[in-house]
Amino acid sequence: MSKEVKEPLVRMTKRDTIGTAKAWGIRLAAVLLSLVVAGLVIVAITKQNPIQVYLGIVDGAVGTNRRAWVTVRETLALLCIAIGLTPAFKMKFWNIGAEGQILMGGTATAALMIYAGDALPNWLLLVLIFIASAAAGLIWGLIPAVFKAYFNTNETLFTLMLNYVAMQIVTFCIVFWENPAGSNTVGIIGAAGQKGWFPSLFGNIYGLNVVIVLILTLGMYIYMKYSKQGYEIAVVGESQNTARYAGINVKRVIIRTMMISGGICGLAGSLIVSGASHTISTSTAGGRGFTAIIVAWMSKFNPFAMILVSAFLVFMQQGAIQVASQFGLNENASDIITGILLFFLIGCEFFINYKLELRKNRKEGK
Amino acid sequence: MEPVNAIELRGVTKRFGEVVANDNVSLAVRKGEILSILGENGSGKTTLMNMLSGIYFPDEGEIVVNGKTVTIRSPKDSFALGIGMIHQHFKLIPILTAAENIILGLPGKGRLNLKQIENEIRSLTEQYGFELDPTQKIYDMSVSQKQTVEIVKVLYRGADILILDEPTAVLTPQETEKLFAVLRNMRRAGKSIIIITHKLNEVLELSDRVAVLRKGKYIATVETAGATVESLTEMMVGEKVKLDINRTEPAGVEKRIEMRGVTCRNKEGLKVLKEASFTAYSGEILGVAGISGSGQKELLESIAGLQPIESGEILYDSPEGKTEKISSMKAEEIKELGIALSFVPEDRLGMGLVASMDLTDNMMIRSYKEGGHFFADRKAPKKLAEEIVDKLEVVTPGVETPVSRLSGGNVQKILVGREIAGNPTVLMVAYPVRGLDINSSYTIYNLLNEQKQKGVAVICVGEDLDVLLELCDKILVLNSGRIAGVVDARETTKEKLGLMMTGSGEEKQANE
Repeated sequence: MSKEVKEPLVRMTKRDTIGTAKAWGIRLAAVLLSLVVAGLVIVAITKQNPIQVYLGIVDGAVGTNRRAWVTVRETLALLCIAIGLTPAFKMKFWNIGAEGQILMGGTATAALMIYAGDALPNWLLLVLIFIASAAAGLIWGLIPAVFKAYFNTNETLFTLMLNYVAMQIVTFCIVFWENPAGSNTVGIIGAAGQKGWFPSLFGNIYGLNVVIVLILTLGMYIYMKYSKQGYEIAVVGESQNTARYAGINVKRVIIRTMMISGGICGLAGSLIVSGASHTISTSTAGGRGFTAIIVAWMSKFNPFAMILVSAFLVFMQQGAIQVASQFGLNENASDIITGILLFFLIGCEFFINYKLELRKNRKEGK
Repeated sequence: MEPVNAIELRGVTKRFGEVVANDNVSLAVRKGEILSILGENGSGKTTLMNMLSGIYFPDEGEIVVNGKTVTIRSPKDSFALGIGMIHQHFKLIPILTAAENIILGLPGKGRLNLKQIENEIRSLTEQYGFELDPTQKIYDMSVSQKQTVEIVKVLYRGADILILDEPTAVLTPQETEKLFAVLRNMRRAGKSIIIITHKLNEVLELSDRVAVLRKGKYIATVETAGATVESLTEMMVGEKVKLDINRTEPAGVEKRIEMRGVTCRNKEGLKVLKEASFTAYSGEILGVAGISGSGQKELLESIAGLQPIESGEILYDSPEGKTEKISSMKAEEIKELGIALSFVPEDRLGMGLVASMDLTDNMMIRSYKEGGHFFADRKAPKKLAEEIVDKLEVVTPGVETPVSRLSGGNVQKILVGREIAGNPTVLMVAYPVRGLDINSSYTIYNLLNEQKQKGVAVICVGEDLDVLLELCDKILVLNSGRIAGVVDARETTKEKLGLMMTGSGEEKQANE
């Protein structure tokens, strides 16, 4: 009565549960596969031995003491932002405005370095920088939170658009802070006396970065796991109805959490400006506010997993920059490699949640 | 030779991860019969039917339709074989008319002749005895009319085999009778009808044969004529079950909650509770009956401080004799007053519990604010979780398991257990046994009775009128947001309640 219908060739079925070992096995396979594919792409472009290319990546990331520390520095910045995003995303508040929050924190830092750099002792200046950068990021997080809590605006669009506002503010400030005049850049701030720069700690110029970010990481882990506020964030994220039922003031939690999230992202701005680049531009955040989202998600919001994920991503990025210059490719090559990596890492989550079944070869009855 | 079986399932198995939803099920549906598929929640009834309607694909086994082995891989294939499924949740477009919904998705000529289609639908409805106006818009329809549209929709597409998933769950007793009459007409016309249900009385009244599933396995098919409620229950559960609710006379009756002329609106701005006034007493179970969406949710939520009210007031009389006005208070403010109000909401995993959290963290929902420090205490909640698991025989790997992994009955035990642990003076429960197996249901009824004997004012929203009549002392009937009356559960009948629910009965027995 109807035409013959065949069983589909491939079907996907949802997995019930998956062992931790198997899940990490799939992720590891994804990493290896991404390295192979990235290698093939590079080989296709450079016609070089892939082993050479990978050695180039390792060399670029940790080949010299200086390069290794740059990798550490970049990892810390990315990690700090991911830590900042954690409470917001755990609350299912899609804060994609870390870029703006970083820029605002960075701008506050640069302003203090420029205007107060000569008047204050360095330790006091640094304290002020931390407070001001966190406050600037906090305000940038607070604005969308208040609108979300009271008018239920879409936080994704709101935080995204605030990124552009922050960029315009930076552009505006550059007009006043130009150095040398006419360059349209700020140049290195306080190069003479290193005013407002992070001091060396344990004999390393990035020592303070390490200390700050590790404290934040540990603090965030404890805050999310053991505090009442962390519990409230988790409940609000899972279901606002349950939160109301439990007597949680949802508005207050949204606002408070975004203040924390924005504050930490703002602090990351000071880490980048005062602790690394010592300058400010519209690309100070450099897309890290978005990359950090991936770091946070791939780590399943576990701050310690974030250390590994951010280190891995930065390692590949730094290595790719080296490969690009070594083989005469332009800077986009590193974006390609990072893109291939992320594609595989995010794509493998599908195989963790689903499995594919091939059509069984039913011989009997046909 | 003409095959006698409309559908035959042979050794059908379906797994979801490690869960086996259907395990080697073989059963047959004869032509021109009404077959009930009976089983407790989670026994695999719906999964089995979803394989017939092309929503799932079986892992093993074969499906034979009219004597021919077939492969059904999409709802389209299923339609082509003349199988039509009427789901529990209707899939209709509110702004279109009945006729427009019925032809939706059908291939046709470029020019649409609605007149002709409406006439075709009319002749179809007359043939089987439906009451349906093809030009009526869906948003103007009652639940039972919408269901009629769904049924006519599959008939219009030429289905010979109809599958109805829990069709009476949303109907009043009177509407159920009408539906049954229509189904009998269809049987006479040679259609095969499969009904998924867990209501035993309906099975006995309507069907020719009953197929029983238990925990994914096919148990047997029996002729309805030779079956009783007891025998079917035993097949469903696998053991003899005592189906009695021990109702005691109310003792220590005092006024506890008083609602005076409460009106409130839902998110869409529609009035969902209109001038509602009633009193709940301690030591009594007050049942709340009504067609779903008649304001039951808002009634409970306005008392719990989760639903803002527009006018009227809600008073709480404490056992010490103090009267507090709790309307316009939020849940946390009521709690701060020291009023022990417990609430088991309808949406267990969306409001009462957090699905992804473990048992301990779910206990904390009620208690996490206790203690003045920054860090949350997890020791006491963990102990409470262990006590509940122990006392109510919750089946769980441990208190660290997310509640989403537990079965419906166990989820409800956790929720009810937590709410009772707060030593409430008022206990509100909404659809406390929905989705639960028979044994768990009776555990819950016993818990409610225990609370009543302790002097708690229990308010219980239910959908099964038979159970409400057996369990409650008084029954409050809601009719589209208005309280149609409060009646004595020992005196009234199912038919009377049904009339009050639909508003055809004007008798407002204010039983104050």
